[in-house]
Amino acid sequence: MELLPNITINHYLLVSVALFSLGILGILLRRNAIIMFMCVELMLNAVNLMLVAFSKMWGQTDAQVFVFFIMVVAAAEVAVGLAILMMLYRNMNTTSTDVLDKLKW
Amino acid sequence: MLTEYAFWFLSFVAFFSAAFMIITKNPVYSVLSLILTFFSIAGHYFLLNAQFLAAVHIIVYAGAIMVLFLYVIMMLNLNTLEEEKKSTWMKALSVVAGGILLFVLLGIVRRTDELTVIAAANGADCGLVENLGKALYRDFLIPFELASVLFLGAMVGAVYLSKKELV
Repeated sequence: MELLPNITINHYLLVSVALFSLGILGILLRRNAIIMFMCVELMLNAVNLMLVAFSKMWGQTDAQVFVFFIMVVAAAEVAVGLAILMMLYRNMNTTSTDVLDKLKW
Repeated sequence: MLTEYAFWFLSFVAFFSAAFMIITKNPVYSVLSLILTFFSIAGHYFLLNAQFLAAVHIIVYAGAIMVLFLYVIMMLNLNTLEEEKKSTWMKALSVVAGGILLFVLLGIVRRTDELTVIAAANGADCGLVENLGKALYRDFLIPFELASVLFLGAMVGAVYLSKKELV
């Protein structure tokens, strides 16, 4: 495994798994919808890092194209999601998920 | 040797700034530390010789997405807002659930050592702009064009949602 000398694919998997778990933890801990949204971005990036490491390992370009498309979808998602949050704040005057629970049951 | 140190440095910066993003109460600090995380992930891409993705990552994430987050937070004046406190046992339960997920994923990663045997010294330059462009415009041309339609839809949706009164 000649990613870097002494750095194997497992190191990258470790970093990626740690970042992904931090994203999950943030979603579980926080109540602010914008912070939860940022945690989703962090999880997407953890998976992107894993894909790029595997792409380097196999010497294939396809995974990096997938990462490119994930970035495209994330950008579109952020544009629409933040517009929704703006509308919610304008109508409900909060972004806390304690208040925004109309869809809960 | 130097790249090895760079790997560990970038990993620690990414991890701790992501942790700071979660624990800090001020949303502006959250955004800034998440930008730091994204920069260190871009550094990882450079180490993996994926230069095109590193540049796109910095431009799209740090340059566009996080600026959008920062703009929304400042426009809504959220940094003065008091977030509702969760009860302590709820927080402990969240940490336990996240830790269990981390251990499950670590258990999966631990069993992947046979993957490291495959020495792929070929394709060392598969992340360069030329090769990625060939793949993008030859094999993935239709998804690439569909992405532009997706962007158009997202743009129209965002403009429609942020109008003052919905018709």
